[in-house]
Amino acid sequence: MAQMTMIEALRDAHDVAMEKDDRVVVYGEDVGYFGGVFRVTAGLQKKYGKSRCFDAPINEAGIVGTAIGMAAYGLRPVIEIQFADYVYPAIDQIVSEAARLRHRSAGDFTCPIVIRMPTGGGIFGGQTHSQSPEAFFTHSSGLKTVVPSNPSDAKGLLLAAIEDPDPVIFLEPKRLYNGPFDGYHDRPVTSWKKHPLGDVSDGYEPIPLGKAAIRREGSDVTVLAYGTMVYVAEAAAEETGVDAEVIDLRTLLPLDLETIVASVEKTGRCVIVHEATKTSGFGAELMSIVQENCFYHLEAPIIRVTGWDTPYPHAQEWNYFPGPERVGEALKKCMED
Amino acid sequence: MTDDKTYQPLALNVPEPGCRPGDTPDFSYFEVPRAGAVARPAVDVDPDDMREMAFSIVRVLNKEGEAVGDWAGALTPEELREGLRDMMLLRAFDARMQNAQRQGKTSFYMQHLGEEAVSCAFSRALQDGDMNFPTYRQAGLLIARDYPLVTMMNQIYSNADDPLHGRQLPIMYSSKEHGFFSISGNLGTQFVQAVGWAMASAISGDTKIAAGWIGDGSTAESDFHAAMVFASTYNAPVVLNIVNNQWAISTFQGIARGGVGTFAARGHGFGIASIRVDGNDYLAVNAVAKWAAERARLGLGPTLIEHVTYRAGGHSTSDDPSAYRSADEGAAWPLGDPIDRLKRHLIRIGEWSDERHSQAEAELMDQVITAQKEAEKIGTLGGGKGPSPRDMFEGVFEKMPPHLIRQRQEAGY
Repeated sequence: MAQMTMIEALRDAHDVAMEKDDRVVVYGEDVGYFGGVFRVTAGLQKKYGKSRCFDAPINEAGIVGTAIGMAAYGLRPVIEIQFADYVYPAIDQIVSEAARLRHRSAGDFTCPIVIRMPTGGGIFGGQTHSQSPEAFFTHSSGLKTVVPSNPSDAKGLLLAAIEDPDPVIFLEPKRLYNGPFDGYHDRPVTSWKKHPLGDVSDGYEPIPLGKAAIRREGSDVTVLAYGTMVYVAEAAAEETGVDAEVIDLRTLLPLDLETIVASVEKTGRCVIVHEATKTSGFGAELMSIVQENCFYHLEAPIIRVTGWDTPYPHAQEWNYFPGPERVGEALKKCMED
Repeated sequence: MTDDKTYQPLALNVPEPGCRPGDTPDFSYFEVPRAGAVARPAVDVDPDDMREMAFSIVRVLNKEGEAVGDWAGALTPEELREGLRDMMLLRAFDARMQNAQRQGKTSFYMQHLGEEAVSCAFSRALQDGDMNFPTYRQAGLLIARDYPLVTMMNQIYSNADDPLHGRQLPIMYSSKEHGFFSISGNLGTQFVQAVGWAMASAISGDTKIAAGWIGDGSTAESDFHAAMVFASTYNAPVVLNIVNNQWAISTFQGIARGGVGTFAARGHGFGIASIRVDGNDYLAVNAVAKWAAERARLGLGPTLIEHVTYRAGGHSTSDDPSAYRSADEGAAWPLGDPIDRLKRHLIRIGEWSDERHSQAEAELMDQVITAQKEAEKIGTLGGGKGPSPRDMFEGVFEKMPPHLIRQRQEAGY
């Protein structure tokens, strides 16, 4: 075990995977010589050579399209889209090609690729460096979508994603890269270096996709969250005194239905939190699933706390971001009903 | 800063083809270089030293049916007869399947009429293990590699023996074994995937090459640009084929081409060796394909080939070309018909005859009809034995996740 930031843990996952499997190739914009704008791939080109870790042209459709071709050949590309906000030019390649290749060719060709991208807000990135596009991917048949919330999971889930036989969208909450973030932007940043989840296992230990983790046990209300919102929910529970059970979904698709249902049946209440816009967001899916599976256990309407249905703002970031205050109000309201 | 100069109102330029329904076809603008006129450069030529080849057309067969010039002589009479049979088989196959669609045996079909030489001749320039990333009009790649006709038909009919289990639109074949990547149906996407496959071959220290395919209209897609920039940057061992058949459904090639003279000339901006070939000349296509494949295999990088041809039929069974182009245009097309031209050549060199041609036509049609009967015995779309609805849930992922198992059960399978 070693204490790592999320960036170091992701780098370590790449390193371990590249060491273990020659088919793993890593590329993206600024990924090679420089090691990525967030430094996740730093040192990999030097260690594994330019044909296994290299810089790509600024063309997301080309990055994903070539990865699909490489996967069809038999490689295991792990590619970086510099910010999730930049993924849209590649949507056709992801949704129409990567996601469907196995099905449409009846297994003649498959697409084991990992598409990593920093996601979410909290860094004053404005509308082009802050979005949370997970629902675009969960809505598309044939993709798995993963959102780790800490260094230990980041490494284990990335290893699982790389060995997965199908395409995986790997969304890295960039506000968590250097430390857990509870939504209080005006307080000093805490570091992963002293956090128990910053203690990352050595070597090759994948964490299976499709399993949620209970981050805080509680009996009053279930909070479904992922990424940065896990820490915001924990902070809201502490501040309000509501005994919330905070579930970190970790994988959005496939979803760990059992853990969700067991928790909501226990608490009888549910609050769903995400940074992405509200309408048609992944929270709507979660709400439907809870309603379909737990209706007779529910004692109050399910509440969503999300980003507003506006473009992600710059100056107004903290009015947009669903911070502990808004989540706390939702917890209290859920308990009143 | 203000200026006393006044300007006329601007006007939008929307290019128009020279010939619409009712007009007399006029290809006088279309320059047809003499067969044999374009020299064959060494495969290690600097792309800068062959720039004019993007504006001319490599042609081997002349009007008299002779094979002339540097690009001639690469094929034996037996290989030429095989090529002729490939094209004739594809035409017979198309005729029967086009008709089967009209009879309601499937939902959709796309034929190759007039374009048979492009995929048939190209296919025989590749080696086993190379990979094509085709569009929907390159079934000659499969036919020339002896992919079973009955399997193609099973796919077209979406019957119980369809290797793709009824999941794909007719003619969207897939056969890794035959170097034929799964056809998407979305345009342009596969062009950059071919480059990725070729990069993977280079990363792996392999000797295999890839071939990408795109139509004249689809070169307007951003993926075309993506493919070119990646192929050029990484010097990928790939042959990038543009099939310029003059029409993208109802839109003439001038809408996609913009102001540039040819599609091949787009390669110049990337430093890619770019060449135009007479797509209705089996010998020329095969010779240029071999030249480009050799360049790729020697690590000399990508080649962009514009195959100049003509879509003599409709875009698909859902298309009626008489609504947007002159019915006489096909007959006026200056590069003729690929089967007629190769037949004429073989007769000219004493290796074929009208009698043998008629006999071959009958034999090939019999072969197609026999396969068709076999396929129809299994089923056609909506008739006979079809794939199970359960198949639609299979293969979305390698292992079916719980939510799909639940949905499959809900659907009753």
